[in-house]
Amino acid sequence: MVLELARPRPIWQIMFSTHHTDVALLYTITSLAFLFMGGVLALTLRAELFAPGPQIIPDSITFNRIFTVHGTTMLFLFAIPFASGIGNYLVPIMVRYKDMAYPKLNAIAFWMIPVGAALVWLGFSDVSWTAYAPYSVIRAPGPAADMWIFGLKIVGISSVLSSINFVVTIMKCKHPDLPLSKVPLFAWSMLVISLMTIVAIPTFAAALLMMLTDRLGVSGFFNPAMGGDPIAYQHLFWFTFHPEVYIFILPAIGMMYEIIPRFSRKPLYSQASGVFAFVMLAIIGFASWGHHMFATGMSFTEKTVFMIGTLAAVPASGMHVFNYLATMWGGRIRFDAPMKFAVGGIALFFSAGAGGVLNTAMPLDFITHDTYWVVGHMHLFLTGTIAFGFVAFTYYLFPFITGRMYNRKLADYHFITMFAGTVMVFFTQHLLGLYGMPRRVFDYPPFPAWIAMNEFATIGAFILGSGMLAFLINLIYSSAKGKEANMDDPFGLGGKYYYPVSAKTPHHTGY
Amino acid sequence: MGHDTAEWVYVGVICGILAWVGADSWYVEKLVDDVPKDAEVIKVTAQQWFWTFEHKDGTKEVGQLHLKKGQPYKFEITSKDVNHAFNMPDWVIMQDAIPGRINKAWFVPDQVGEFPIQCREYCGLLHYNMRGTLYIEDNK
Repeated sequence: MVLELARPRPIWQIMFSTHHTDVALLYTITSLAFLFMGGVLALTLRAELFAPGPQIIPDSITFNRIFTVHGTTMLFLFAIPFASGIGNYLVPIMVRYKDMAYPKLNAIAFWMIPVGAALVWLGFSDVSWTAYAPYSVIRAPGPAADMWIFGLKIVGISSVLSSINFVVTIMKCKHPDLPLSKVPLFAWSMLVISLMTIVAIPTFAAALLMMLTDRLGVSGFFNPAMGGDPIAYQHLFWFTFHPEVYIFILPAIGMMYEIIPRFSRKPLYSQASGVFAFVMLAIIGFASWGHHMFATGMSFTEKTVFMIGTLAAVPASGMHVFNYLATMWGGRIRFDAPMKFAVGGIALFFSAGAGGVLNTAMPLDFITHDTYWVVGHMHLFLTGTIAFGFVAFTYYLFPFITGRMYNRKLADYHFITMFAGTVMVFFTQHLLGLYGMPRRVFDYPPFPAWIAMNEFATIGAFILGSGMLAFLINLIYSSAKGKEANMDDPFGLGGKYYYPVSAKTPHHTGY
Repeated sequence: MGHDTAEWVYVGVICGILAWVGADSWYVEKLVDDVPKDAEVIKVTAQQWFWTFEHKDGTKEVGQLHLKKGQPYKFEITSKDVNHAFNMPDWVIMQDAIPGRINKAWFVPDQVGEFPIQCREYCGLLHYNMRGTLYIEDNK
């Protein structure tokens, strides 16, 4: 494996490389940069909502633009590229191949992300990350909305290309002695999400084009005056993005499967159950998109079908939680930063999943839909599970990538503040939703309960933000000045560290 | 490796809870979907960024709605421009207002007072301020 900073190279050698670890480093650093950029936007939003009346954002259009870019950044420029980055590091090693199947395609897929990101950030559109028609068609100001469309188009193509690469690497380049059932669960999660991406993304790609031609005035796909239907957009959108929810979350689940057995110093409870749950989620994930649209005037039968489809996905998620707990049961657990974040992530995953069951119960959905409950619910998945898993794995791979150890005190501070902050912000937002506060609002009337909960959530957000600042400092400082890690066993777990053979004898030594 | 009894029991308990949640929501939603025959129709029209209500007798109100206690009402909700959502959080009335469609919701006010009406679907610049007031008066 690469010890990036132990063997310094000029940056252009990494940028123009097609080697999987170099592309992985580019993906990882880019996505973490977007995590911090998106985080700054989130803190701006929370500061604005601290009290009724304008606080720090001058007008509502700026607020709308900020939450649009915050959502787009976190989902498409942080969550997806980060999973691709870690996948690039580990999937070839896990299937015992020298590189990804198509190294050049891999580099191309990465380099499309900065282009898409530039369009999204320079446009700074206000369509919200869902970009529901007809607002995005007839009212959203251009060229920002058009830049958003093209930016997402490019990011979507990038994720399809990298998915093709992962599928081929795992299915075709796997070592012949390694049966698919024995491939580690993180690689399984990458295989499953890659297949899901290939099936799901084209629908949204079509919706984006239809939205573009509608905006140009040459078609009326989503315009009732021209025989179109705004609901059609929502179906196309959620057919992509409900499966996409699992595409975001499964890599984090896979990363926890890497961390938990090692830090519990016990073998995984059941590989078969993990694989089964991944495949189940991948299939059932396509049968539940309509639960985002209960309030659009769906018939009773439609609502029932999508409710059943959604409930059916829950046991598979529950099996992952069981698998983690059964692995930890009776183990000699070492609570280093990766394990702390993984266990914290599991606790929050369970809470988020329980909240999700309430959302899908049809009558309750009309209480929670489009309120702050939904904001809290999806952030409990996105921050509480996905970001926790990703942060855990960043700490876990840190010695692997840099040859140095992160600062443990800063990492502990990061864990405590991030966990407390996540609970303070997102649990509170659930309650705020039950009190009826709509999401995506720049300002709110001075109801005492709303003010109190918004203040509490904003304080929590800044506590969370201080933890992320400690994370950033830790990453930069420790990769340059951190203590040298013992590369055989950096976490003192007694066993061997990660695939040490390939770490010491990389397949590609020159470029 | 493989499943053992504990995992099957655990998965079974989860499935049981889900079946109960599903069956109960199915039952409640069926009741909620059934509009009473004697409900009075109120036409609700959303546009950026205010609400218009039209009563049975043709009188229109903008931004406020006066209803009588004890009388069932059925809302026929639509929009003139972009998607909105007609929401009275205190009465759990929540339906999207979508151009080209008429969505339905109903309720029977059983309490007098003033209650907020708001838009719950992002609709642009003044979405946060697309609010109204519901006045429920005694039916005398």
